[in-house]
Amino acid sequence: MHNPQRSQKIAFFLLFLATLLIVIPVGLIVVIIIQKGLPAINWQFLSDIPRQGMRAGGIFPAIIGTLYLVIGAIIFALPIGLLAAIYLSEYAKDNIINRIIRLAIVNLSGVPSVVYGLFGLALFVVFLKFGASILSGSLTLGIMILPIIITTSREALESVPQSFREVSLSLGASKWQTIRHIVLPNAIPGILTGTILGLGRAAGETAPILFTVAAFYLPRLPKSIFDQAMALPYHLYVISTQVPNVDEKVRYGTALVLLFLVLFMNLIAIIIRYNFRKKKKW
Amino acid sequence: MADISVNNLNLWYGDFQALINVNVHFTQKQITAIIGPSGCGKSTLLRVFNRMNDLIEGVRTTGEVMIDAENIVSEKTDLVSLRKKVGMVFQRPNPFPLSIYENIVFGQKVHAEGLTKLKLNEVVEDSLKSVFLWDELKDKLNKSAFTLSLEQKQRLCIARLIVVKPEILLMDEPCSTLDPQATSRIEELMRELKNNYTTIIVTHNMQQAARVSDQTGFMLLGELVEFGRTEDIFTKPKDKRTEDYITGRYG
Repeated sequence: MHNPQRSQKIAFFLLFLATLLIVIPVGLIVVIIIQKGLPAINWQFLSDIPRQGMRAGGIFPAIIGTLYLVIGAIIFALPIGLLAAIYLSEYAKDNIINRIIRLAIVNLSGVPSVVYGLFGLALFVVFLKFGASILSGSLTLGIMILPIIITTSREALESVPQSFREVSLSLGASKWQTIRHIVLPNAIPGILTGTILGLGRAAGETAPILFTVAAFYLPRLPKSIFDQAMALPYHLYVISTQVPNVDEKVRYGTALVLLFLVLFMNLIAIIIRYNFRKKKKW
Repeated sequence: MADISVNNLNLWYGDFQALINVNVHFTQKQITAIIGPSGCGKSTLLRVFNRMNDLIEGVRTTGEVMIDAENIVSEKTDLVSLRKKVGMVFQRPNPFPLSIYENIVFGQKVHAEGLTKLKLNEVVEDSLKSVFLWDELKDKLNKSAFTLSLEQKQRLCIARLIVVKPEILLMDEPCSTLDPQATSRIEELMRELKNNYTTIIVTHNMQQAARVSDQTGFMLLGELVEFGRTEDIFTKPKDKRTEDYITGRYG
């Protein structure tokens, strides 16, 4: 009765089916968005302000707003995240406090993004009186992507072989010189990959910017970091649910721009990682 | 140059005692070999002298190790200046993933700032000459050190170390990844260098110890069983255990 050949075939088929089930929806999403959104894409759509109650015109302020927010988030999150990662991977001893810190960072990445939004509202908008502004939004997004940056940077640092550190120390370099001259340069590609993944996440999230920065309709570019701004994910939400009679292709066009912005960032991360693996020699 | 005096040295990894009451004196301008079976503590002893054991958590030492009238196992020892004085060649050749040139000047860069390009070039040439690599490598200094053969890598690592101007060379099985010809050329290099350093080599290979060293110590289960002139150890060992080991009865 027992037929290993047949059970192998069945197992193989099930595994293949599961893989296919994952790929199909992703493929469909991309195809449908491109199909319905591509007709909306033209120079005016990318460079003009929204007109006629956001039913026509372009989405330029939202694109710029999202870029500002992403850049702001990275300016805030990269230095802090990198320093924390260096501490955790190079200096922290394996004791109860550091284990709790590590666990907390892992858990932070599981916190729903709307909770970050609420936190940003309470801390930056209200308590620190930054108001709903690019500054508040960037800081909130920055906190949200901190765990990603810390975790990937730590992995990049820890993947630098221990023997490099040993040799450097044995040559009389101090611990900090070892980190600066040997460990960090070899970890940079991994750190960059994590940073860009964080950028992609920050660009796509709606909830953290909902209460902290996003403007419903603001047909001009922000003048300072204390201005509100439009942002692509929130703009998409608004024209999909809050404004009646928006042409379908405008909505899908906006989605397409957002999708490509995020895919483009991930693509850069993939290229960097690919080059890194090709060059890696240990 | 500096002698090393070890007095009543004990070392524990947690509860395990890896070195038991070691007393020994290493003399400058001599090559001292430490032989013994795996796990006898010979690498641990070597790593006491540049305090590399500090990288492992839970290591505890008692006794004293005197280098230039300073007890280097004490808490107050400045590890940077100790390791500048006591250099190490590792079992696996381990150049940095940098160019040949960058590998050699690494030590210069961490110990002295504001060096001119000219001075650095001079350092590179001198150190490569002293390990007999200059003629082979002078035209490809900017190539990655990872493109070299194992023997060249090990020589490069020695060159990188010489730049720091150590007084003591610790060699932890420096030839164990090399073929016999490369091994004999590295041994040749060790003899060339020995007049400028106190050299201690840990080795599995008894023939190597016999060929290259002036003094030999035999270790077993954390104890230094016997120490003396290499000829004496290999021709008329005093301890039964030494005799058993060098005649191949175990190990």
